[in-house]
Amino acid sequence: MDQVPIGLNHYLMLSGVLFTVGIFGVLTRRNAIAVLMSTELMFNAANIALVAFSRFVTPAALTGQIVAMFTIIVAAAEATVALAIVLLIYRSFKGINVDRINFMKW
Amino acid sequence: MTEISLTNLTFYILSFCIIAGGIFTVSSRNLFHSAVFLVFTLFSVAGMFVMLNAYLLAAIQVLIYVGAVAMLMIFGVMLTTRLADVRLRHVNEQSWPALAICGFFLAFLVYGLWDTPFTVSGVPMPADTAHALGTLLMTKYVLPFEVVSLLLLAALVGAVVIAKKD
Amino acid sequence: MLQNAWIIPALPLAATVLIIFGTHRNRAVSSGISIAAIVSGFIYAVAILFNVLHDHGPHEFYFKWLDFGSWHLQIGLLIDPLTAVMLLVVTIVSSCVQIYSLGYMHGDPRFSRYFAYISLFSFSMLGLVLSNNFAMIFIFWELVGLTSYLLIGFWFEKKSASDAGKKAFITTRAGDLGFIVGILITLYACGTLNFGEVFTKIETGVFAGGLLTAAGIFLFCGAVGKSAQFPLHVWLPDAMEGPTPVSALIHAATMVAAGVYLVARILTIYIASESAGMVVAVIGITTSFMAASIGLVQNDIKRVLAYSTVSQLGYMIMALGLGAYTAGTFHLMTHAFFKALLFLAAGSVIHAVHTNDMQEMGGLGKKMKITALTMFIASFSIAGIFPLSGFWSKDEIVASTSGHPIFMVLTLMVAFMTAFYMFRLCFLTFTGGPRDQHKFDHAHESPKTMTVPLMVLAFLAIFAGWVGIPWLSHGFSSFVYHGEPHHAAFHFDIAGISLFVGLSGIGLAYLMYYKGTISPDKVAARFRPLYTLLYNKYYFDEIYDAIFVQPLYAICDFWFWFDQHIIDGLVNGAATLTLWWSIAKNWFDVYIIDGAVNGAGYTIRGTGSILRFAQTGRLQNYALIIFAGVILIWFLR
Repeated sequence: MDQVPIGLNHYLMLSGVLFTVGIFGVLTRRNAIAVLMSTELMFNAANIALVAFSRFVTPAALTGQIVAMFTIIVAAAEATVALAIVLLIYRSFKGINVDRINFMKW
Repeated sequence: MTEISLTNLTFYILSFCIIAGGIFTVSSRNLFHSAVFLVFTLFSVAGMFVMLNAYLLAAIQVLIYVGAVAMLMIFGVMLTTRLADVRLRHVNEQSWPALAICGFFLAFLVYGLWDTPFTVSGVPMPADTAHALGTLLMTKYVLPFEVVSLLLLAALVGAVVIAKKD
Repeated sequence: MLQNAWIIPALPLAATVLIIFGTHRNRAVSSGISIAAIVSGFIYAVAILFNVLHDHGPHEFYFKWLDFGSWHLQIGLLIDPLTAVMLLVVTIVSSCVQIYSLGYMHGDPRFSRYFAYISLFSFSMLGLVLSNNFAMIFIFWELVGLTSYLLIGFWFEKKSASDAGKKAFITTRAGDLGFIVGILITLYACGTLNFGEVFTKIETGVFAGGLLTAAGIFLFCGAVGKSAQFPLHVWLPDAMEGPTPVSALIHAATMVAAGVYLVARILTIYIASESAGMVVAVIGITTSFMAASIGLVQNDIKRVLAYSTVSQLGYMIMALGLGAYTAGTFHLMTHAFFKALLFLAAGSVIHAVHTNDMQEMGGLGKKMKITALTMFIASFSIAGIFPLSGFWSKDEIVASTSGHPIFMVLTLMVAFMTAFYMFRLCFLTFTGGPRDQHKFDHAHESPKTMTVPLMVLAFLAIFAGWVGIPWLSHGFSSFVYHGEPHHAAFHFDIAGISLFVGLSGIGLAYLMYYKGTISPDKVAARFRPLYTLLYNKYYFDEIYDAIFVQPLYAICDFWFWFDQHIIDGLVNGAATLTLWWSIAKNWFDVYIIDGAVNGAGYTIRGTGSILRFAQTGRLQNYALIIFAGVILIWFLR
């Protein structure tokens, strides 16, 4: 096996793949909670990139880790509120399919 | 097997777990399975953080994501979805165009990242990142820290207000 | 003490407010409040009179009401001997009238309202005599006009009563226009409306000449309206339509006295400007003579008294015009008492027989002893018979004309006519046989509430003049005076002549209406044109109708025609043209403008109906397009 040392580019590519998977979920899933899960994947992709940059570019300053930490916190807050909204939608529409919430069209 | 190759192997295994978990998360017909795969993915990401010497972050990832957010998701699933229902479609009608665009995006990203030389610093990570992070949060980043606490409080109150029955 | 004189008008005002907003359902309480207020005012007025007797003043208390920078309007009290006397007269007469009304208005459905109005009337008049400046006097002046309108038209179900109310209001309004012009001239010339300050300007010569004369004449216009002087006297006889106590109040103490009071108050102007004073005197004697001659032939008991009032007011105005301040105000006071008495006695008669026509009365003296007696006392007083009060005041008036022979002759003629018509009234009413047996049989003496005020006023009609007996060292003339106190000398010649004139008038009436030695009908037939002229009151109403009312109707008719044919024609023509033009425009609008507008609309709608499919309303759809757009931008960069 070719021993290429694992560098920043590997981590960033991993991040990109995960992000793509996440955004595909966001774009295609009909269920609102699945969409939320997909956004969590995107958050994680971003976190991987941030921590990787922190590890390889500015190991001493730890800026990337701090930002990743805030991202996790904000994601938690987002998940809370979003799920509350989902519950409300469920109550109003008797279902949480995103493509049913389409009355703001022509 | 050298240590480097062990690191490589770990990275590839974790990468596989992350990507596969992600793909299953977004593609599973059963929403509960999606949630389980999400937990799996998040755990793998925590492992990836350990590989990147971000031990505190890994702990936080497990505590908050796996412990709180994923649980929240599962509760959401259980509260809103009849898992026994047979779904005709779990994706909408734009999945093929979306797949094409995402593929294009990924190809473009990989092409761009493949051999971009980043200015990598040779300095090793400090051994005690948890202590350093704690100090930073209480000194340099104290204002964002407080703001984010306020945000959490607002989200808490907001979630209660939004979700409560009238 | 004196600075609290505002209490006197405030009491009746409070009574009015209380009655209207509180007690109007309870007749006894309402009338009680009203009478208590005016009697308290009377007691306070007596106290003020004694105060002023010690210190003639003038006492003035005021505060600034509206500040206009260089000048200000005041609200204030001016208390001098004239005010003190007027307060007393008004409160006495008003008290008597109100007590009398208890009997007279008994059973009237608007009994409480009547007392509210009477109280308001008293308030207005008391405020008027207490005013210290032109603006304030004008306000109360108009209040007096308003309340007189309300009271004259009190029985507004009768058309003649409501018409009389309107006539009184509108006629006096004509005079008030002059009044306010006079006030504005005064303000322009003096920069102040305070009486004292204006008089100072006159005395120092700042306010003089033509402007002063004009101001005097215009101000007198107000008095002409209110005091029913020629040529605005026409409202007063019609004002008889009101309840008789109201007539007594209007004629004796309040409304018509206001005009005389005003002239007395601003007499400085008429003394400074002789021509203005002469206008006043001429108007006064004209009125007096004219009204007395009309009074000779009237058959309505109240109308005779009304013309008598006009005539006596003319006396006072004339005396004031000639500068005889004391004589005018003295007669105003004595006249208030005996005229109130005459009216109340006449009211008592009317109350008994339910008619105003003297030709249907006769012989009532046997049945109504108190009324008849008091009526005779009042008649002797007004005729100027020694030693009743009318003698002393009339004597002073005649004395004031001593420098003007024409005035004196006319004054004596008026005195003769006054004596004649008063006793014609008395003889026709109380003596002889009943001319209408049915009415005679139903007649009866009035209740105590009506006769007691009569007796009080009869007492005053006899003795009130005695304060002006010339031999008194501190009589009326040394109390109410203008400039220096003068001691009215007693002129035996003048007194003798006027007494003789009065007695001869009474004698003629006695011969014609008691003895029947001279037949009134034959006299009337002999002087048929004159009789007709007098009987129709010099045709004043007809002349005013012809001069003012009918032309107004004609003008109105003309303008109505003009409106109907010319203005409406123009309007209709314009409308027709507009219609045609509109039809043309409509076509243009529908086919050209609307075509263009609709065309634009259709185009936009067509485009929109295609483009709207982009708005799927689906979040993920939008997200996909945003994502694609981001990639595109990134790719093209």
